Amino acid sequence: MSRLYRRTLAWFDERFGAGSVEEFLRHKTIPVHRHSLWYYFGGMTLFLFIIQVLTGILLLLYYRPTPNDAFESVQYMVTQVRFGWLIRSIHSWSANLMIFAAFVHMFSVYFLKAYRKPRELTWISGMLLLFVVLGFGFSGYLLPWNTLAFFATKVGTEMAGSVPIIGKWLLIFLRGGEEVTGATLTRFFGFHVAVLPGLATMLLAIHLFLVQQLGMSVPPGVERAIAEGRKPARSTPFFPNFLLRDIIGWYAALGALGALAAVFPWELGTKADAFASAPAGIRPEWYFLFMFQTLKYLPAKVLFVDGELLGIFGFSVAALVWVAVPFLDRRIGFGRVTRFFTGLGVFALGYMIVLSLLALR
Amino acid sequence: MKTTLATLLMLIGALGAAAADSGNSSCITCHALLEEPKLVNPAKLFDSDIHHQAGLTCADCHGGDPNDESMSAMSRTKGFRGVPKKARIPDFCARCHSDIAYMHRFNPKMRADQLSQYLTSVHGKRLKQGDTKVAACVDCHGIHNILAVSDTRAPVYPANVASTCAHCHADAAYMKDYQIPTDQVAQYQKSVHAQMLAQGDVSAPTCTTCHGNHGATPPGVSSVANVCGTCHVVFAQLFEKSPHQAAFARMGLPGCVQCHSNHEIVKPSDEWVGVGANSVCSTCHASGDPGYRSAQAMAQDLARLNLAIVRADTNLDTAERKGMEVSSAKVELTNAHEARVKARVNVHTFRDEEVRKITDQGLEIATRSDQAGVAAIEELNFRRKGLGISLITILVAIAGLYLKIRQIESRQKG
Amino acid sequence: MPSSEQRADKPIQTGRRWVNVLLGSGLVASVVSFLYPAIRYIIPPPVAESTSRSVVAAKVDELKRNSGKVFKFGSKPALLVRTADGTYRAFSAVCTHLNCTVQYREDLHQIWCACHNGLYDLEGRNVSGPPPRPLQMFEVHVQGEDVVVTRSA
Repeated sequence: MSRLYRRTLAWFDERFGAGSVEEFLRHKTIPVHRHSLWYYFGGMTLFLFIIQVLTGILLLLYYRPTPNDAFESVQYMVTQVRFGWLIRSIHSWSANLMIFAAFVHMFSVYFLKAYRKPRELTWISGMLLLFVVLGFGFSGYLLPWNTLAFFATKVGTEMAGSVPIIGKWLLIFLRGGEEVTGATLTRFFGFHVAVLPGLATMLLAIHLFLVQQLGMSVPPGVERAIAEGRKPARSTPFFPNFLLRDIIGWYAALGALGALAAVFPWELGTKADAFASAPAGIRPEWYFLFMFQTLKYLPAKVLFVDGELLGIFGFSVAALVWVAVPFLDRRIGFGRVTRFFTGLGVFALGYMIVLSLLALR
Repeated sequence: MKTTLATLLMLIGALGAAAADSGNSSCITCHALLEEPKLVNPAKLFDSDIHHQAGLTCADCHGGDPNDESMSAMSRTKGFRGVPKKARIPDFCARCHSDIAYMHRFNPKMRADQLSQYLTSVHGKRLKQGDTKVAACVDCHGIHNILAVSDTRAPVYPANVASTCAHCHADAAYMKDYQIPTDQVAQYQKSVHAQMLAQGDVSAPTCTTCHGNHGATPPGVSSVANVCGTCHVVFAQLFEKSPHQAAFARMGLPGCVQCHSNHEIVKPSDEWVGVGANSVCSTCHASGDPGYRSAQAMAQDLARLNLAIVRADTNLDTAERKGMEVSSAKVELTNAHEARVKARVNVHTFRDEEVRKITDQGLEIATRSDQAGVAAIEELNFRRKGLGISLITILVAIAGLYLKIRQIESRQKG
Repeated sequence: MPSSEQRADKPIQTGRRWVNVLLGSGLVASVVSFLYPAIRYIIPPPVAESTSRSVVAAKVDELKRNSGKVFKFGSKPALLVRTADGTYRAFSAVCTHLNCTVQYREDLHQIWCACHNGLYDLEGRNVSGPPPRPLQMFEVHVQGEDVVVTRSA
């Protein structure tokens, strides 16, 4: 067994360059300290993304993106095709878990100040990936063409339409016309299976390359403790120690996905009918709830400015600030933690949680 | 001389044209200039009147000479009939409307029996006796702006009939002398019939559908079933053969309306059957008599079927929402729904065995559909078993990984 | 790992083997439990894909002239009628009055609802009794041996 292993490795080494794979595996290490747990969430997000790609490909075998057939083909898939219900439910649940994992990853990186020099680009590529993932969620939600998704999309694209100057154009671009119709479905399908995967792959490659190139970030507090000799610099090999732990996490995620799919199958609802009146309780997916709720609370007019517009403007500014945080938080470049930015993060996290809970009430 | 001749010719031409077109007759020319509404309105309103559309003129009804531009146009010698007294209105209209040959020149399907019908109506009889408060032709059809029945603005258009009748019949002060209720229209507005009409079904019954239009008469006690039965055929037939038919006749009770009311005919509910608080059976039947037992039995059967249908519906919906294929069972369940409708129809046999015959069929179907739903839900539980197996393999793998890590790390240390 | 192999003595060796067996069987079994559903999923089901838009309602030689047949269309019943002159017509079999299932009456040459004696003509129009609206009409095509009923989009 081990001879075969070594010979196979040698065969590949000869072609890829001597010892590159083994070299890479041997030299990559993961720092060990009391915040090490957060290192796992990036890998978890990546793993769930891979699950999405695999189940997504399987769904494509039966799905047809036309308003006449979309709902029926999903229905056929979950009722007639063996394990179709499982594949679809896993795709839906995994999407939600992936977005959750991505948020955890993002906030942990934020609070541990891992975005500081030289990892500004890692942070930016990660934020862009997060936006792409949210785009995946928004476009994928419509594809089963059920009532709830139809109206949620209507409301969501409506918001894009209230952006000044380019709003109208943006709305028509997203909907493929004035209204949410079959054209919108075709478009969203295109975004979901071609445009966004392409973008995601590119960004992911950059993100992972940067992570490998720069190594794992050590939180400033731990870094200082090591520099001052108060603590030893401990680390563990990526392979096999860290990877095996990663795999345990992935297996646990798989188990959780299977359990969620079997116990809480993702419901299909009723077919969208453009002429039906909107059902009560239209609500976007949970990760958009905090924005949805904010726009609900904003008055129609705030000092001559349209309330909704103000909300959208506010969120755009907040997103820009968030993306640019490695450049704004300058002191962290010298290893000094600015309270303001930690406070900002706590506020952002608290705001999202509180408003989402309010929307669910 | 030449000019005088030309003027004269022009004048004759103009007069000829005026005579041909009622709009330019001396009647319209003069009346349009008057100020008293009673005198000016006929000239103003007549434009949209169906008689004007058909080419008739003022003179065709009122007589006189539309070519004469002086007051002599309205002299008896020129056949002027003037405005008819209320009692004379039916005859005034009937001059043409009873002449079938004349009427068919305008509309080959037009009837010409309105007057003879009217004379049989309570309105007609009272008018004959000199009561001028009752409705004659113009009270319902209007006077100089008479529109076709099919015109949605006409007071006799189906959707407008109730308010036209209500004009007098809902006016308590006006109806004081007649000693009849004035809440019929208010009651009717709450009925299913009025609802259907409001939803745009102009074939839905309004006042005149049951009471007649020109021969308006309240249906007698014995003829109620016939009136309702013109549309509700099945029910009338069942009632006819039911034990209630003879009993109601003996007691002088009207048929259908005894339970369904006459004007406030609301959507019936299953609660009406039986002996409960809302039952209509228990208005007559008391505990112990066979009818009471029969009512109880019918209500129980209906309730049992209803419960089975609701249960099957719920289970099938649950299964479907969870992604199970149950459309065949759903199609089958429509037969149980159908049985429920038929059983409700069969209540009108007033024989519990007739109801049970249908509800038993329905029960069987509903139970079968329900089983399909339950089976589908059980399939979901089977999925959970599959999940269990998969989870065990995952746990084994995780345990193996955990031990492997411990082993590797202990070796790395040592 | 290759480097660690040299340092293995006997009790560790057996423990190691045991862990490897556990790990190996766990991995293999779990991968099988992931692959099985995926492979079963890829194999198309025996039920030919039926969009709810069209269905084979009958075979060509199945219906005599002047007769009708109730068939399942999606999750609702529908009625296929072969008229006296041999043409096919299809309607929703759900009565517009109280959702009973209508049937073809050979004696009347009309569509009849048993519940309240509602009648529809062969264009689906409600002609007598309580039905408030016409029956929904479907398109019928004969494709080879099959009579195919299609809901217009």
